[in-house]
Amino acid sequence: MDSGKNFLLGIYEDEDVLLSAVTKIRSSGLKIHEVFSPYPVHGLDTVLGYKRSRLPIAAFMFGFLGTTLALVMQSYMMAIDWPMIIGGKDYVSVTFVPVTFELTVLVSALGMVGTFLVVSNMKPWGKARIFDIRSTDDKHVMAIDLDENKATVEQITSLLNESGASEVNNKQFDD
Amino acid sequence: MTDERFVFTTSQKRNLLIIGLVGVVLFVIGVVALMMGGDHETASHGADTAGHAVETGSHGSESGQHGGDWLKRVYANLWINNVFFGGIALIGIFFLAIQYVAQAGWSVGIKRIPLAFGSWLPIAGILMLIIWLVTSHDLFHWTHEELYIEGDPHFDPIINGKKAYLNTPFYLARMVIYFSVWYLFYRWIRKETVAEDLEGGAHHWRKLIGISAGFIVFFAVSSSMAAWDWILSIDTHWFSTMIGWYVFASWFVSGLAFITIIVVNLKERGYLSIVNSNHIHDLGKFVFAFSIFWAYIWVSQFLLIYYANIPEESVYFVERLSSDQYAPVFYVILIMNFLFPFLALMTRDAKRHILFLKIVCPVVIVGHWLDFYLMVTPGTLNEQGGFGFLEIGMALVFGTAFLFVVLSSLAKIPLIAKNHPLLEESMHHHI
Repeated sequence: MDSGKNFLLGIYEDEDVLLSAVTKIRSSGLKIHEVFSPYPVHGLDTVLGYKRSRLPIAAFMFGFLGTTLALVMQSYMMAIDWPMIIGGKDYVSVTFVPVTFELTVLVSALGMVGTFLVVSNMKPWGKARIFDIRSTDDKHVMAIDLDENKATVEQITSLLNESGASEVNNKQFDD
Repeated sequence: MTDERFVFTTSQKRNLLIIGLVGVVLFVIGVVALMMGGDHETASHGADTAGHAVETGSHGSESGQHGGDWLKRVYANLWINNVFFGGIALIGIFFLAIQYVAQAGWSVGIKRIPLAFGSWLPIAGILMLIIWLVTSHDLFHWTHEELYIEGDPHFDPIINGKKAYLNTPFYLARMVIYFSVWYLFYRWIRKETVAEDLEGGAHHWRKLIGISAGFIVFFAVSSSMAAWDWILSIDTHWFSTMIGWYVFASWFVSGLAFITIIVVNLKERGYLSIVNSNHIHDLGKFVFAFSIFWAYIWVSQFLLIYYANIPEESVYFVERLSSDQYAPVFYVILIMNFLFPFLALMTRDAKRHILFLKIVCPVVIVGHWLDFYLMVTPGTLNEQGGFGFLEIGMALVFGTAFLFVVLSSLAKIPLIAKNHPLLEESMHHHI
C-alpha cells in the first residue's frame, strides 16, 4: 500500500507538544506519513489537514443495499416463489417494514465495519505495520516517510528534536 | 460576557401582525365560503349527515345540518391548533429540563429560547378551558349525558364503563392540574434562571437540576394523560396504548423544529454570537433523530393494529384510509415528517448549514400540524371535514400569536445566561 519502507519516528510525551510539533513540521514543508496516539487527540486531524472520512457515504450505500435486499427477498419469497396469505394481508404489505428496517441496519453496520477494516489495512489477509508498540501505551508517535521527503535524515532528525520529540528512531519495514 | 438582549422591534411586531391579519382574512373567507356553499354541500351530503346523526346522539338532530357544519369545523380547528401550540410550549420547558438534568454544556447559549416557549402555557391553558367548555358537546362524543342512562336508546355500555375516568368534572380537574403544574414549573425555572443572572454562582444551577428532574417526572405522566384526554377520548371507543408516545413524539419534533428555526433566525440577525455551526449541528441532529423516532412510534402504532386487524382497533385507520379526503393527508404526513427530513438532514453538511434547516424545519412543523389535524378531524367531523382557507387561516393566527408571545417573553430577559457555570464549555463546543 505504501511506497515507503524507511521511516523516521519522532516520539512525543505530551499531546500539546505533539499538536504544536505537527503544525511546525508541516509548515517546514515536510510531509507527515501518519501520527499514532494511544487515545484520540482532540484537534489532531485538523492540524494534520485530514479531510473528513468518507465512511458515511459507504454507510449510506450499504444501508440502501440492505433495504433493497430485504424488499427483494421478502417480495420474492412471499409473493413470487411461494405466494402465501398470512392473516388475510396482501402478498406485499406493510408487514415487511420490521425485516426491512433490521436488514438495513445490519447490512449498513457490517458493511461499515468491513470497509473500515479494509481501508485501515486490518483485513484478515493484510498485515498492519506497527511503527512503535509504545503508541498503544503512553507515547505519541509521528512517522515521516524518508522516501517521500527530499530532506536528509539529519535535517529531519534535528527538526523533530527541535519540535519537542523525546527521541527519534529509525524504522524499516521488509514487506 | 456581554449582556446580549433580543430586541423585539416594532417592524418585526408589525410583520407578525400582518401575517396574523392575513390569517384572520383567510379564516373569514373560509367561513363565509362554507356558509354560502353550505346549503349546496349539505344537500349532497344529506344522507351521510343523517346517518351520522344517529351516531353522534341527540346532538346531530339538535343543531340541524345547516349552520352547524362550519361551526363544528371551526371548533375542531380551535382544538387542533390549541393542542398543537400548547404542546410546543410544553416541549420548550421539557427540552430545557432535559438539558439541566443531563448537565449538558453545549446548549447553554440557546437555553433562553425554549424557556420563552413556556410563556404561551397560561394562554394555552385558558384557551383550552374556554374552547372545551364551548365545544365539548360537538367534539367529544362521550360528554353526552344520555350515553350513561341505562334504558335510554343511546345508552352505551362501553363508554359507561369508562365513566370513572371520562367524566366532565374529573376531566376539567385534570386539565387545570396539568396546566397549573406546568406553568408553576415554568415560573420556578425562570425565577431561578433570572436569579442566576443577577447573583451568579453554581447553586442556582444545582437547584435547577432538581427542579428539572421533578418536572420530567410530572411531564412523563401528564403528557401521556393529556394525550388520552385531548386526543384519544375523541374516538371514545378506540384505544391505542401508543397514543401517549405518539402525541409526545409529534409535539417533541415540532418543538425542536421551532427552537431550531428561532435560533437560526436570531443567528442570522446577528444575535447569539456564541452559537456556531456546532450548536446548529446538534439542533439539526435533534430534529433528524426525533423525526425518525416519530416514524418509529408511528409504525409501532400502525403495524400492530394492521396486523391484528381487530375491528374496534382498526376502525381508526379504516376511517382515515378509506376516505378520499383523509387518505392523501395520511400519506403526505409520512413524507413530510419522515422521508423528507430523513433524507434531507442525513449528511453532516446539511445539519450544519442554516439553509437546509430553514427548509426542513417549516416542513416538519406543517407536517406535524397535519398530523394533529388527522388525529382530530375524522373523529369529530367525520366526512364533513375539509382543508381550506379556514384551516390555513386559523393556523396562521395561532402561529403568529404564539410567536408574538414567545418573542415578547424572550425580549424581557438577557439572551445569554451569562452566569451559567457551563457557559465556557458551550463556547468551546466542537463536534
